[in-house]
Amino acid sequence: MQKQFDWKRYVIVFFITVFLFLTALYVSNYFSNKKLDQLKSIQDNISIDVLSSETQYSLLSELSCKNVSDSVLSSELTDLGNKLEWSDQNLGNTTEVDYLKNYYSLLEIKDYLLAKKISSTCGVKSAFILYFYTTAQNCSECEKQGIALSSLRQKYPELKVYSFDFNTNLSAVKAMLAIYKIKDTALPAVVINDELLTGFQGIDSLDTKINDSFKLQTLQTLVPKTGKK
Amino acid sequence: MYGIIYVFIFLSVYVQVFFLVTFLEKKKQILVRTKPIELKEYPGVTIIIPCYGAEKTITGTIISLLDLDYPKDKLKLIIVDDGSKDNLLEVIEKFKENENIKILHKKNGGKYTAVNMGLEVTETPFVGCLDPDSFVDSQALKRIMTYFYDEETMAVAPSMIVSKPKNIIQGAQKAEYDMAVYNKKMLAFLGGIHVTPGPFSIFRKKVFDDLGPFRHAHNTEDQEIALRMHENHYKIEHCPDAYVYTVVPNTVKTLYRQRLRWIYGFIRNALDYRRLFFKKKYGHIAFFTLPSGMISILSVIFLFSMICFNFINFIIHKITLISVVGLHNAFFNSHFDFFFFNTKTIVFISIILYTSVIFSLLIGRRMLEGKFRVSFDIFYFMIIYSIISPFWILKAIFNATRSKESSWTREIDKREGKTVPQ
Repeated sequence: MQKQFDWKRYVIVFFITVFLFLTALYVSNYFSNKKLDQLKSIQDNISIDVLSSETQYSLLSELSCKNVSDSVLSSELTDLGNKLEWSDQNLGNTTEVDYLKNYYSLLEIKDYLLAKKISSTCGVKSAFILYFYTTAQNCSECEKQGIALSSLRQKYPELKVYSFDFNTNLSAVKAMLAIYKIKDTALPAVVINDELLTGFQGIDSLDTKINDSFKLQTLQTLVPKTGKK
Repeated sequence: MYGIIYVFIFLSVYVQVFFLVTFLEKKKQILVRTKPIELKEYPGVTIIIPCYGAEKTITGTIISLLDLDYPKDKLKLIIVDDGSKDNLLEVIEKFKENENIKILHKKNGGKYTAVNMGLEVTETPFVGCLDPDSFVDSQALKRIMTYFYDEETMAVAPSMIVSKPKNIIQGAQKAEYDMAVYNKKMLAFLGGIHVTPGPFSIFRKKVFDDLGPFRHAHNTEDQEIALRMHENHYKIEHCPDAYVYTVVPNTVKTLYRQRLRWIYGFIRNALDYRRLFFKKKYGHIAFFTLPSGMISILSVIFLFSMICFNFINFIIHKITLISVVGLHNAFFNSHFDFFFFNTKTIVFISIILYTSVIFSLLIGRRMLEGKFRVSFDIFYFMIIYSIISPFWILKAIFNATRSKESSWTREIDKREGKTVPQ
């Protein structure tokens, strides 16, 4: 008995399978958009925080240092950095993520400048690290450096680490690269106490530098106080 | 890389949907009988038992056949000793007084030679065989014979059930066999069954008279005869309520050896019958069964490569983490945030795929047991097969390219722990 061939079944199954794939794609996009919304919301909060701190700082002449918020760089900024990095690698919408990354870099720079001013004026114990990295393909040690800095940040709550993607297309970041003379061939690069360190820096060597930074700060804050006397 | 993975996942989902659509269309036609039945007539049936190294299980096999609910004068058994080295002879001699049992001896030549020897002396219009490590349910034969009311039906395959699973490896196989009942029934509806299993598939004797006896066929003669029947437009049915219990490998090594032979056999037989592929006159075996079998083999390889790639990346990341922050901090300083949960399309498609596999397994179980039953076996099946099956598939592909066959005789010898000449 020769068999009847049933084309219709193959076509129907094809469309059902396509429908299932489109559903999976839709659900995936839905979650990606939710994540992007979450990122935007965190950024808006940070933006308000920074603006608020700037305003507080402007009022410093009228207010005492006691009123200045202790931590300008909220832990949210670190959290946002991790999430943006993850999104860059895992979410499909690169234009949107790039835009958010640029905005994030700008917020970091503003926060860095402000925190540094407040720290020196009000004697808040803090240390600052600028960290420049690039993609894993072009920088085999960047992942290790990121891990080491995260670990140190957990150890010292007063340590503020600002991470910048070398390829960020933002004039402010480009200006920083120019100031510290950072080249893409010498990544990862870390700036601490205005000293540029290139290549992977282990936890121990950075630990010493961070403690030096704390001591330096204590000295700087002591000098004006002594002067006043 | 991801492009190829998506193509294979699409095809794998396509296969599952194909089965599902068939199930929804034909589910009312699935016949599962729970009470004994009577036939209009009882044609003669011969069951051939090819034996090699089966002294421990053969008695149970013969007794289960003698207990079949079928007129004794219509049922003949032919036991063929394929040059066994153990005490099989002594065990089967006990049955030589039974007038329905014929005992034959021959030099070892492989399973198909033993079955063919039995076929030569078969005089009944129906014939089947039963491996000496399998046992039949007493109603199995009657239920199978009802499918031969259709004059076009040339062979009927039973439902294989794992006999008394004792460990995780056998439990995993139980889940797999339950799923196979569903798959086989759906293929039967489509006219696309590609294997008439050694244990208790019943054929019209005409099949062998017309098409010749079993062939060597890469030690998977039950696949070859099914493909030969399709080539000649002979119909193969599946009887879901004819239960045959079989002893399955109980170690990873023996399971690996058995599957290596099956997959190798499938690849080689499919290549031998490549003229069937995508020919309209052969129906679903040409457009669905054989291509989907090949796709499954390739999909497993590609998905396995992807999992290995991700796993290696994960290990490298962990090693980097440990080398920088030490063992303790690497494992105890992380916190969960849903944000970092992977929500790529491939994750949701994989969920669809796994759900459909579990669904087909549960339907198969419902066909056998009358109810949906979730058990740990399903979990064992998913885990064990995901990890081990790529290895036997890779080895089978490798062997297929070099025509390096595994042997049924050697497989049994190794299972029994005997020294095997290479």
